[in-house]
Amino acid sequence: MSKVHVTTSVNGDEVEFLADPRETLLDCLRDHVGLTGSKEGCGTGDCGACSVTLDGTLVCSCLVLGVEADGKRVETIEGMADGTVLHPLQRKFIEHAALQCGFCTPGILVAAKKLLETNPNPTEEEVRYWLAGNLCRCTGYDKIIRAVMDAAAELRQEAA
Amino acid sequence: MRYHTPTTFEDAAQLAAQAKGLTRFLAGGTDVLVQMRAGMVQPDDLIDLKKIAGVSEITRTDDGGWRIGVAVPGIALGAHEGLCADWPGVVEGMELVGSTQIQGRATLTGNLCNGSPAADSVPGLVAAGASVEITGPGGTRTLPVEDVPVSPGKTALQAGELISAILLPPRGENAGDAYLRFIPRTEMDIAVVGSAVSLRLDGDTVTEARVALGAVAPTVKLVPAAAEAIIGTTLDEAALDALAKAASAACSPIDDKRGTVAFRTEVAGVLTKRAALIAKARAKGDTA
Repeated sequence: MSKVHVTTSVNGDEVEFLADPRETLLDCLRDHVGLTGSKEGCGTGDCGACSVTLDGTLVCSCLVLGVEADGKRVETIEGMADGTVLHPLQRKFIEHAALQCGFCTPGILVAAKKLLETNPNPTEEEVRYWLAGNLCRCTGYDKIIRAVMDAAAELRQEAA
Repeated sequence: MRYHTPTTFEDAAQLAAQAKGLTRFLAGGTDVLVQMRAGMVQPDDLIDLKKIAGVSEITRTDDGGWRIGVAVPGIALGAHEGLCADWPGVVEGMELVGSTQIQGRATLTGNLCNGSPAADSVPGLVAAGASVEITGPGGTRTLPVEDVPVSPGKTALQAGELISAILLPPRGENAGDAYLRFIPRTEMDIAVVGSAVSLRLDGDTVTEARVALGAVAPTVKLVPAAAEAIIGTTLDEAALDALAKAASAACSPIDDKRGTVAFRTEVAGVLTKRAALIAKARAKGDTA
C-alpha cells in the first residue's frame, strides 16, 4: 500500500504527513499530527465528536480521507483558544457546566463556533438544529444550548 | 486501495473502465466512507472527482436552467439564491439529508447514485424534470433522473460510466415545487414516505405538473397518474382528493420498522396533497 504525501494547514500551521489513502482525516490528525482533541465516537458521521472545519466548512473528519485534506485548511479544537485565553464558548461551557464526561465537547465547540460565525444571533431553535449532528449522552443538551446562547450574547456584547 | 485524482471526467471514466477490481467514485464520501468503514465495500480503486474543474460549481445553463456539479454539497445549494428561487423543492429535499456536518459534504449526485428508494433529494429532482449528464468511455449521454435508479442500491450506470453533472431545466414563469417527507421525529431520520410536486399555473389552473414519490416503491418513482389528476384543475377539493388517490394507488411499499404498507400508502396521498398546495403557493409568489 503506497502512502501519499499530504501537505495541509492545521490551525494555521503547515503540516505534512504520510497517509495511507484509506485513513480518515480524523485518524491522520490524531495519529500523524498528534492532535487528539477531535474524538472518534461513531466513525460513521452520526455523532459529530470528530467535527472540524475544512476550508471553512463544518464536516465530520471521520467522513473525510486524510489525502483529501491536501492543500486545504483544517481548523480543529486545538486552534480554538488563543494561547491560554479560552474562547468565549469554551469559558461559557465551563460556567454553565455544559459537559460531564467531555467526549462530545470538542466537536460541539467546533460546531458551535462555526454556527456563531455564520449566524451571530441564533434563536434557541436554530442552535438546536445546527447542533443536531452532535450527540451528547450526559447533559441532556439544555446546558449546552444555554452556554452557546450566552456565548453568542457575549460575542455580540449584549448581556444574556 | 489505489487513490486517484483525475482532472477530467474522461480520465475518471477511463480509470474506472480499466480497473480490474472494485471501484468507487468519491465526491462527498458520506456514503462511501461509511461503507468502507463497515467493511461492506473495500475498493481496490477509489477515484476522487473533486480535482475535476467545475465539480463544485452551480452554473446557469444557456437555456436558463442550472448545471450542478457532482461535488456541490447541500450547504452550497441552500446558500445559492438563484437556485433556491427557481427550485426550492429540490433544495429543501437535499437540506433534509443529515446534520450540518453531513450537509457540508453530501451531494445530490451521491444521494442519487446510492440508489436508496428513500433518498430525500431524489423525488424533488424527478418532479423538477431534472436529468443527469453521464460520462463514459464511449462519450457522454443524458438520462432523466427517474431512470437512474433501477432497484435498491442499483443504478442504470454501466461499467466505467459516472455522472458528470445534474441538469435542471429552466423554471419559467408561474411555477413552483415542493418536497415533504414523513419521519417520526423532527429531523435526522430516513424518510418513511417522501413526496415532491412541481407544477405550473395559468391563473389558478394547473397547466403542467410532475409528481414523484420516495420510500414507497423499490425506487423513487415518477407518478404520471397523479400529475394528470391535477392538470386542468384549480387544485380544488375534488382535484386534491383525486391527487391523493392517484399517489396512494402508485405505492408498492414494504412493511418495515419505519412504517407499514397501509401507513405508507395513506401518508403518500396526504403528503402529496400538502406538497401540491405548497408548490401552488410558491408558483403564486410565496417565498416561504
